[in-house]
Amino acid sequence: MAFIWRKLLQLVIVLLCVTFFSFFMLTLLPGNLADTLCGIGCTQEQRDQKVEELRLNDPVYIRYADWLGNVARGDFGRSGRTQQDISEALTERIPVTAELVIYSQLLALGIAIPIAVVAARRAGGVFDRVSTTTAFGFLAAPPFVVAPVLVLIFAVNLKWFPATGYTPFLENPLDNLRTFFLPALTLALAEMAVYMRLLRTDLISTLQEDYITMAKAKGIPPKRILWKHAFRPSTFSLVTVAGLNMGRLIGGAFVVEVIFSLNGLGKYIVDGILGRDYLAVQAGVVVVAFAYVLINFGVDLLYAVLDPRIRHARALA
Amino acid sequence: MSRKDLTGSAAGRDPNAPLLDVRDIKTHFRTERGTVRAVDGVSFTLQRGRTLGVVGESGSGKSVLSKSIMGLLPRRNVLREGQVLYEGLDVSVLDENQMRNIWGAEMSMVFQDPMTSLNPVMKIGKQIKESLYLHLNMSKDDAHDTAVALLSSVNIPEPEQRLEEYPHQLSGGMRQRVVIAIALACGPKLLFADEPTTALDVTVQAQILNLLQQQQHERHMAMILVTHDLGVVAGRTDDIAVMYAGRVVETAPTATLFTAMRHPYTEALMASIPKLTDPSHTRLEAIGGRPPDLINPPAGCKFAPRCKYAQDRCLQEDPPLMDAGEPGHSFRCFYPVGTDAGAQALANNAAAGRSASGVPVTLAASGSH
Amino acid sequence: MPEHSPEHPGNQAPGSNYFPSGDFLESPNLATELTQIADVDAYNLEALHNLDPDQVPEDAVKKRLGWTFWIAAAWIFLIVALALLAPLLEKLGMPDPTQPVCTSRDCSLQPPLSGYGLMGTDKLRRDIFARVIWGARVSILVGVAAVIFGIFFGSIIGIIAGFFKGKVQTVLMGAMDVLLAFPALLLAMSIVTFLDDKSVKTIVLAIGIVAIPPVARLVRASTLVFAEREFVLAARTLGASNGRVITKEILPNAVLPIVSFGIIGVAVAIVAEGALAFLGLSIPPPDPTWGSMINEGRATLETAPWVTLMPCLVLFLTVLSLNLAGDRLREYFDIREGAL
Ligand SMILES: Nc1ncnc2c1ncn2[C@@H]1O[C@H](COP(=O)(O)OP(=O)(O)OP(=O)(O)O)[C@@H](O)[C@H]1O
Ligand SMILES: [Mg+2]
Repeated sequence: MAFIWRKLLQLVIVLLCVTFFSFFMLTLLPGNLADTLCGIGCTQEQRDQKVEELRLNDPVYIRYADWLGNVARGDFGRSGRTQQDISEALTERIPVTAELVIYSQLLALGIAIPIAVVAARRAGGVFDRVSTTTAFGFLAAPPFVVAPVLVLIFAVNLKWFPATGYTPFLENPLDNLRTFFLPALTLALAEMAVYMRLLRTDLISTLQEDYITMAKAKGIPPKRILWKHAFRPSTFSLVTVAGLNMGRLIGGAFVVEVIFSLNGLGKYIVDGILGRDYLAVQAGVVVVAFAYVLINFGVDLLYAVLDPRIRHARALA
Repeated sequence: MSRKDLTGSAAGRDPNAPLLDVRDIKTHFRTERGTVRAVDGVSFTLQRGRTLGVVGESGSGKSVLSKSIMGLLPRRNVLREGQVLYEGLDVSVLDENQMRNIWGAEMSMVFQDPMTSLNPVMKIGKQIKESLYLHLNMSKDDAHDTAVALLSSVNIPEPEQRLEEYPHQLSGGMRQRVVIAIALACGPKLLFADEPTTALDVTVQAQILNLLQQQQHERHMAMILVTHDLGVVAGRTDDIAVMYAGRVVETAPTATLFTAMRHPYTEALMASIPKLTDPSHTRLEAIGGRPPDLINPPAGCKFAPRCKYAQDRCLQEDPPLMDAGEPGHSFRCFYPVGTDAGAQALANNAAAGRSASGVPVTLAASGSH
Repeated sequence: MPEHSPEHPGNQAPGSNYFPSGDFLESPNLATELTQIADVDAYNLEALHNLDPDQVPEDAVKKRLGWTFWIAAAWIFLIVALALLAPLLEKLGMPDPTQPVCTSRDCSLQPPLSGYGLMGTDKLRRDIFARVIWGARVSILVGVAAVIFGIFFGSIIGIIAGFFKGKVQTVLMGAMDVLLAFPALLLAMSIVTFLDDKSVKTIVLAIGIVAIPPVARLVRASTLVFAEREFVLAARTLGASNGRVITKEILPNAVLPIVSFGIIGVAVAIVAEGALAFLGLSIPPPDPTWGSMINEGRATLETAPWVTLMPCLVLFLTVLSLNLAGDRLREYFDIREGAL
């Protein structure tokens, strides 16, 4: 229990740091915030109203505290650009990004795990070398390079998957998975390469452990040794990195969202940045940081499931 | 007990053959630096229910020998030669699929370090029951009862509870008992115990050794007890093979070896056992020098560079295995301990102040024997 | 990568390095690739800290760079040479990258090797090969300059943090962690947008700032290691000033891990510039950069895929070569060996 409280406390501290920092950075910007927010052709009256509205005459920490209070009540304010309620916009966009990230991670892990296991079983063999080299290639291919190639192959030539369009999951799950396939695969390829290399390395070193030889000496078949004995102890770094990546992708999938015109959280932040929509960007950053910290928390809990030693160490703490 | 059909279980087996007959096995590792001759021509036989002690310094090839006999070494970059006749059946030519019916069921192994030989993320119960399901086709309830019985037979208190625990919750001694329970689970006929007590506290060592001995008698099981400490095997084994640089340099019934050793290396090992009668601060006579490089072993006798008895001949000619006269006693030495040739060699070296290989020899050292 | 708690260099039990660090401020929030690489190097350095010199075999097999390294190096050399020589090539007859190669309509979207240059033409009838070469100038310049910027400031922060430890370290590394908490590319984007200037200088600054935290982490780790070593302790007992110890003893030793890290860093920076350009936040048109070329070509992906694929291919090969070369060099100058 103490462990969970400590984690929650850290969660709050990180959120405070990140939000304050981003808040503070806005005050450092060149030019007057009120002018920028008010836009071109803004009358002095409108401008004063803006200053009043955003309390720009107050010191930054007071404004921050105010903003924090509003956010705690779920009120992120209104977008300066579209006048849309920001909370509303976020509730529309978060599911899109969440699905994209989860879909791509499932694809990446689903491809990486079997390949890594087969490669590790015969480390140095032909399959191992081919898959390791291919993975190295994927690492060098960023989303904006992969996407056009995938679109060319799967959408233009084979016509298996659409290049754009989005169907909500609840409307038509199959269509949803089909329309999401190319964006998810674009994200998944590089991740897959990372996961594959990681799991392969850890598996190879686990397979040299005494307890694996011991399992072999018990007469356990190789398949069972791989999956029941070696796999779980080899997944710790995989879980860490996959968790970190999921957190990273919540805010980092925007290139893919832009390419495939998905109205996700990342694209919202990008549009916000390009349109100088400060409150929107600020809200987006909060969500990204919150999601990241939350996922990190989940990863920590997952360790305890994977490793009984951690479970017991924590139970004692 | 319904045992799965064992490949070649009936076929090729000879009830009159010794349980294990190892003939000139060699195990070489191909590495980037060259070929490591970890085991280089070892032969012995082991009868049902008997115990063989394998003794040697670290790096002499004891673990590789056990793993090689069991066929546990990976195939890649490993050269394996010679025959391993198990109940008359040559198991060295079987592939892993065939060996799997023998592993755990008929031969099993207790590893050196109980800290690393249990799977850290698997409950102890599961690690024991796994082989019961696999080899004995037991039902859930039977496996549970058998596992509890096994744990209590290796003197683990509250066995029911332990089944649900993970290895890290047990002490080293307890873990080694679990490893032994796992090894004994399917009633093997042959147990390899590879330095089963090296990683444990001195107080626990004797308990584990006694446990192994007791289980061996109860189950009429043959055992190969590997150790680097002659003190451990004294009184617990029927025969002893002393290994040096991947070879057996002397083998004899235990009593004979202790009273009438022939090889200078055995003598040196003997001198390194602490004796109760020694005054408490007597410095143990450690063996000077290092074990030879297994990639480029010296010509002639492999022990010569560290031997007090070494003569010129030892540096050129590799001594073959020679019969000591008594049954079951043989050794590889031209100037054996306790013979006139040996005494003469030692006296010559003492006079010269050094052996032919340059080991300093003093009169006092030679006089002590 | 697992979090290797840098407070306790390498003294974890083997197999326990996946233990969560227990501190979110320590974890590479939204870790960039750079951070991951830097953390691995930092971990190796920590392992070095505990390394017993006797364990390093004297007769270890001689390492080789291998032919893949040389192919990668050749490609990098080729691209760099072409980029440097672009003005000269233009004098020798390479078309202007911003002007149509002809006036008639029918020379737009010509496929590669069809009489309109090595890589064909784009929609605005410009020579793709020339654009790729001029684009390489931007990519390489930004990549190298941003990494140098990151290494310069990252090293200063890392060395100060690692050398003085205590509160200085807490504050500096805490700031780095907050910086890492923002998605790197979004941060770079914001910098370019808010400075409202799409010049090479701004882009270098934006990507360079993002590169500071991982470098600082790596350098701090090596400083921690070297600050404890005998020759540094000896220098200090002899009365050398802090500044002298840092510049003469620690800095030279921290360089090696940074150099091989820097090569992979250039690859990451090139990708970052590509992404910015793809989003329209790099050198404005008509000047070519790889990212904007890929983006522009997408409109005609169905009819003229080469417009996108050519810059994709060149970018991919360049990034792959840099990764490969950096990776091989890291192995070749294995930190443990290089430092001993
Ligand atoms: N897989 C391998 N590849 C290369 N060499 C090996 C391999 N396994 C063992 N060796 C070498 O074989 C020799 C014998 O090793 P082995 O483990 O059998 O020694 P040991 O007698 O069991 O020593 P210890 O008492 O330390 O356990 C050693 O020199 C070792 O370096
Ligand atoms: Mg051993």
